[in-house]
Amino acid sequence: MTRIVNFAHGAFYMVGAYLAFTLTERLAGTWGFWGGILIAAAVVAVLGALLEIVLLRRIYRAPELFQLLATFGVTLMVQDIVVLIWGPEDLMGRRAPGFRGAVEIMGQLVPAYDLLLIVLGPTVLGLLWLLFHRTRWGVLVRAATQDRDMVAALGVNQKWLFTSVFALGVFLAALGGALQIPRDAVSHSMDLRIIVDVFVVVVIGGLGSVTGAFLAAIIVSELNAFGILIFPKISLVLVFLVMAVVLVIRPYGLFGKAEGAQRTSLGLSIRPWRPFTQAERIAVGAGVLVAASLPLFLGNYALTVGSEILVFVLFAASLHFMMTVGGLASFGHAAYFGLGAYGAAFMVKLFGAPMEVALLMGPLMGLVGAVLFGWFCVRLSGVYFAMLTLAFAQIAWSIAFQWVEVTGGDNGMLGIWPASWASKPAAFFWLVLGVVTVGVCILRVLVFSPFGFALRAARDSTLRSEAIGIDRRNVQWAAFIVAGTFAGIAGVLFAFLKGSVFPDNLGIPISVDGLVMVLLGGIETVSGAVVGAVVYKALAIWLMSQTEMSKLILGAVVVLLVVAFPKGIVGFLEDLRHRRRPASPPAGFKAAKVEAAE
Amino acid sequence: MKLEVSGLNSHYGPAHILFDVAFEVGAGEVVALLGRNGAGKSTTFRSVVGLVSQREGQIRFDGTDISRMPTYDIVRRGLGYVPEDRRIFTELTVEENFSVGLQPPRPGVATWTPERIYQLFPNLGEMRKRPGGQMSGGEQQMLTIGRTLMGNPSLVLLDEPSEGLAPKIVEQMADAILAMRKEGLSIVISEQNLHFAKLISDRAYIIEKGRMRFSGTMAELEANPEIRDAYLAV
Ligand SMILES: Nc1ncnc2c1ncn2[C@@H]1O[C@H](COP(=O)(O)OP(=O)(O)OP(=O)(O)O)[C@@H](O)[C@H]1O
Ligand SMILES: [Mg+2]
Repeated sequence: MTRIVNFAHGAFYMVGAYLAFTLTERLAGTWGFWGGILIAAAVVAVLGALLEIVLLRRIYRAPELFQLLATFGVTLMVQDIVVLIWGPEDLMGRRAPGFRGAVEIMGQLVPAYDLLLIVLGPTVLGLLWLLFHRTRWGVLVRAATQDRDMVAALGVNQKWLFTSVFALGVFLAALGGALQIPRDAVSHSMDLRIIVDVFVVVVIGGLGSVTGAFLAAIIVSELNAFGILIFPKISLVLVFLVMAVVLVIRPYGLFGKAEGAQRTSLGLSIRPWRPFTQAERIAVGAGVLVAASLPLFLGNYALTVGSEILVFVLFAASLHFMMTVGGLASFGHAAYFGLGAYGAAFMVKLFGAPMEVALLMGPLMGLVGAVLFGWFCVRLSGVYFAMLTLAFAQIAWSIAFQWVEVTGGDNGMLGIWPASWASKPAAFFWLVLGVVTVGVCILRVLVFSPFGFALRAARDSTLRSEAIGIDRRNVQWAAFIVAGTFAGIAGVLFAFLKGSVFPDNLGIPISVDGLVMVLLGGIETVSGAVVGAVVYKALAIWLMSQTEMSKLILGAVVVLLVVAFPKGIVGFLEDLRHRRRPASPPAGFKAAKVEAAE
Repeated sequence: MKLEVSGLNSHYGPAHILFDVAFEVGAGEVVALLGRNGAGKSTTFRSVVGLVSQREGQIRFDGTDISRMPTYDIVRRGLGYVPEDRRIFTELTVEENFSVGLQPPRPGVATWTPERIYQLFPNLGEMRKRPGGQMSGGEQQMLTIGRTLMGNPSLVLLDEPSEGLAPKIVEQMADAILAMRKEGLSIVISEQNLHFAKLISDRAYIIEKGRMRFSGTMAELEANPEIRDAYLAV
């Protein structure tokens, strides 16, 4: 019942840390310090309850993907708000009074505060256990987790039950953040870091198992500590190796239970598709021709913007392919985009390859990344699939960020310019237009290929598709790889467009951009992603030129979209279409059969 | 009248299930709602307690219109509901299941405690700490009824309490329902099992394909075997 909280938790963790920083600076003495930490957590819990009442209550009936997206939007907004209030610099908090020193254990100096945290963990866990097993509130929560309607039928107002559970979760997250301040700097990127850790822990421990999560948390922190001693550079990778092993042996984590089969689909009603009619083909061809003629009218800046929009058309189309056709909603699709961009940069910088070679080889990085990450991800489904893709994207991002010798870290890699024939904005625009058109066409052809049908069958019903001999995981893995490769192509084009690559190319904002484009355009046609990308990107570029607070606005847009279309934008578009064209014939007979059988 | 329902229409998505259903229950009465599989008995109960979102019509409980209230509000007014598929909380123990149903005492209505429920269903008293998932079907049925009684209802909707139970347990169930009636509770039971209904009820309604077809005393129903043959599977 607490699955909706997933993304916002990182934000609450961070706000807890910032608030605790401010309060412990203001309040003096030992009482001031510990009181400040508790007050910070309590204040954040109240904020969380307000968020639940104002926003989340409206969207409990929306598909899970949209709920996640909304909390995601909140997370983005909070990042900018935190910078507004506390500034962009990292803040060093006070040391904990009474726990400044270190204790010698078996010849090793261990900070006393770390020991305190080690004791605190099981204590909090024990208190939670008591709360859930020894109070009526806890019993009600456990009952509602199993059967909400029945709890209501026994006279319990579940709205307040949900709010209180949510507030408790927020309190714990904020407390966790507040307790970090004596150990670590407070920064506005700590929310994403902790989310990755939490996701890894949840996936290893088993979905919905508190014991599993606790055990996993210990494993992960041990690995981190131990890994940093032995392989300082690859401690992150080590954790992921463990996760990989666990997932191979126990796909639902150490203590998890198998999910119900119905979780496979996103809960979005997807209407039958059909290939373009003759008239539509002509219209699309005309559209491409119009685009191709733009360099005759537009200036250089406009053409650069146009190229960027086109790049995102391909990116959105690739995400759309795996989301809609494959039913795989990735929250970390930028990983493959960025890997493609870095692939191109490596070709140019490390091997001195010309643009043409980089164009061909760059996407291979996206492909390899998708092969590797996709293998793990397709083992999960639904929300947990989304979480894992996000975690992998964050890993890719941290590697690019930390491996300074090769990637240049935060400074990125510069001087990745196109070949001289394509260096003029007009020529580059044509190049991009050509590649993107071909790419989108291939994706569209794939939708209507036997592979596309197998993929849709796997999306709609795991059991049934397996009965007719489709190996769900392999089909979805293949789709993941296809999508990753095309995202990689988009990334390569982006690298040459900008002349540089940065870790942000793999970053969460680009993943979210992709999701919003797909949802905005309407999920049921490939052309939806194209339209969504054009509209959204044009809007975003215009907004960025107007304001500094881009994440705040982006987050607000995402939240508004979800609230305005609680059934999903798809549902909204479908309603509209139904009203306007009541008798649209179900062409694409085979597709209709596969999809209507659900 | 304790409960008055009239003009009740319910839908599941596009499917119209109940058509102008009407019935009433007096204080302290035991009324049977009879009908074949799929006739609409459960839908009627679910509509009364607000678990069917698409419902319209008049539903008055103790004189108050409850047709637009949320489920928890209806139940807190003393209208208890026992679902057909038991729906006990499998991870919770017997005692914990009871505590979910707990509501404050209601003036003028029998007050139930776990101890009193164990008197009604002695089997449950022997397994207070056992998780609901590890109980037999009959014990689970007793548990659902007990859980609803913990809310101190003045009227209970019992959906097929005898379904799938061994004859001996069915008898025990009938005794328990009669004991509840002695406490002054009004009871509506939905049944396909006419014999069970005869044991405990004063009056009966027959529903078929979402429409009320018969209303009368148990004696009248007995006197008209053709009605029974037309609408009930015997
Ligand atoms: N959730 C649902 N969605 C759609 N239709 C439903 C749903 N629940 C019940 N129905 C339909 O409503 C009709 C009435 O069902 P209901 O469960 O009320 O019958 P019933 O009289 O309780 O039958 P039974 O004796 O089998 O319990 C049936 O045709 C059934 O198929
Ligand atoms: Mg029924």
